[in-house]
Amino acid sequence: MTQNAPKPAVKELNSEPAPQARVEQVSRLFGAFAALRQISVTLQPGKCYVLLGENGAGKSTLLRILAGLLAPTSGTVRLFGDLTPIEARERVGYMSHAPMLYDELTGVENLTYFARLYQGRECLSPEEALRQVNLDPALERTLGQYSQGMRQRASLARVLLSQPELLLLDEPFSNMDVESAHQMVALLARFRTGNRTIVLTTHQRELAAPIADWVLTLRAGRVASLEEGSPSL
Amino acid sequence: MSIHVTHRESWLALVWTHLQKDLRIEWRSWQAVTSMLFYALLVVVLFSIAFDPTLEVSRQIAGGVLCVATMFASVSLLNQAWARETRHQVIDALRMTPADGAALFFAKVLTNFFFVCIVQVVLGPVFFIFYNLHPLGDTWLLAIVIPLGTWALVANGTFFAAMSLRCKSRDLLLPLILFPIFLPALLAMVLSVKTILTGDGSDPHLLWIKMLAGYDIIFMTVSLLLFDTVLQAE
Repeated sequence: MTQNAPKPAVKELNSEPAPQARVEQVSRLFGAFAALRQISVTLQPGKCYVLLGENGAGKSTLLRILAGLLAPTSGTVRLFGDLTPIEARERVGYMSHAPMLYDELTGVENLTYFARLYQGRECLSPEEALRQVNLDPALERTLGQYSQGMRQRASLARVLLSQPELLLLDEPFSNMDVESAHQMVALLARFRTGNRTIVLTTHQRELAAPIADWVLTLRAGRVASLEEGSPSL
Repeated sequence: MSIHVTHRESWLALVWTHLQKDLRIEWRSWQAVTSMLFYALLVVVLFSIAFDPTLEVSRQIAGGVLCVATMFASVSLLNQAWARETRHQVIDALRMTPADGAALFFAKVLTNFFFVCIVQVVLGPVFFIFYNLHPLGDTWLLAIVIPLGTWALVANGTFFAAMSLRCKSRDLLLPLILFPIFLPALLAMVLSVKTILTGDGSDPHLLWIKMLAGYDIIFMTVSLLLFDTVLQAE
């Protein structure tokens, strides 16, 4: 990952392969409030980037811009070469705080529905996606009857379904017990080995540490620091 | 040619996927149909008690009462048309898929149309009994007029409900946008129902029906073309 500071990390990473995403001088305003201020980052394939920062630092805004759900007020974003985030959407998986699934449907029904919307793209079967996140596909409960942790895992299963090349996870460990969070980390470590990139935001740095190749801290919409992680998985 | 056929088939498959999902959700909750039915029945019964109309007056006002009951009952449905998509940010997950937004819109219109039709089927006999109606015109024409008018209401309402999704006071906004635009179709629907019930041969009811059909085609086409832009708006 490159950014506007600190310089040593930029130099080291400039020799790496073609980036998965390039964010250049991106700002995003909400009225008079600047959520992001001229951020520049480059994401390399096969790496996991952990975004840290206080509430309102701009983490979620950056993820939504990468997902193509929000347009930057200024600056450019390019994914997988020269694609805009909207053009690249089907190759990107985005998981928000909310489960982004229907409460009235079961896990399998939800995932079957979304799998059908990815016509022409090779998807995991809904059962396989649910098994990957340790949910029982035979569970007949609707999502509204799931615990918060189960909803998070079902949401991750939805994201994994389309086998995205860039995975954007907004606080994936929130509402999750420690054991489930460790299982999710192990799953993400496997996902990353396929030369796929992960960007995740969290307030629990220690949980993401085993897969963090780079730790980026945002403060008031700017990059405050970039540290190389020491991933153990 | 084969490419077009494949595209059309896959588009219809998408519509069917969305439709199945919406019907399954409603089947499990019965929220939309129940609330609409209750409201529509209330309007019909209250009006019949309040006016106690004679047979002739009944024929004159019944079309208007039926349309008003349907319209106000439908607003509660249309206000909630996208509620399940906005809850838990499902709409963002839909935006992330490569699926055509127009298919989602078309399926939503079909679902809402189906729900309003259920209410009308239940409401119809009650309506005829409470207003002691004996139509003098071609009753079978009601089977064309009412679905055409309902489609106009539902297609417009579903589109504008999506447009007002990101507004804070969307419940208030929808009727404000919808009713003025729906007015030509409402007029055509009320007047043609009145003509059919009174059997007034001097009224050009076929013209009203043609106008309704034209209105439906124009607004549905425009909505289908514009819906993806509405869906992708921030």
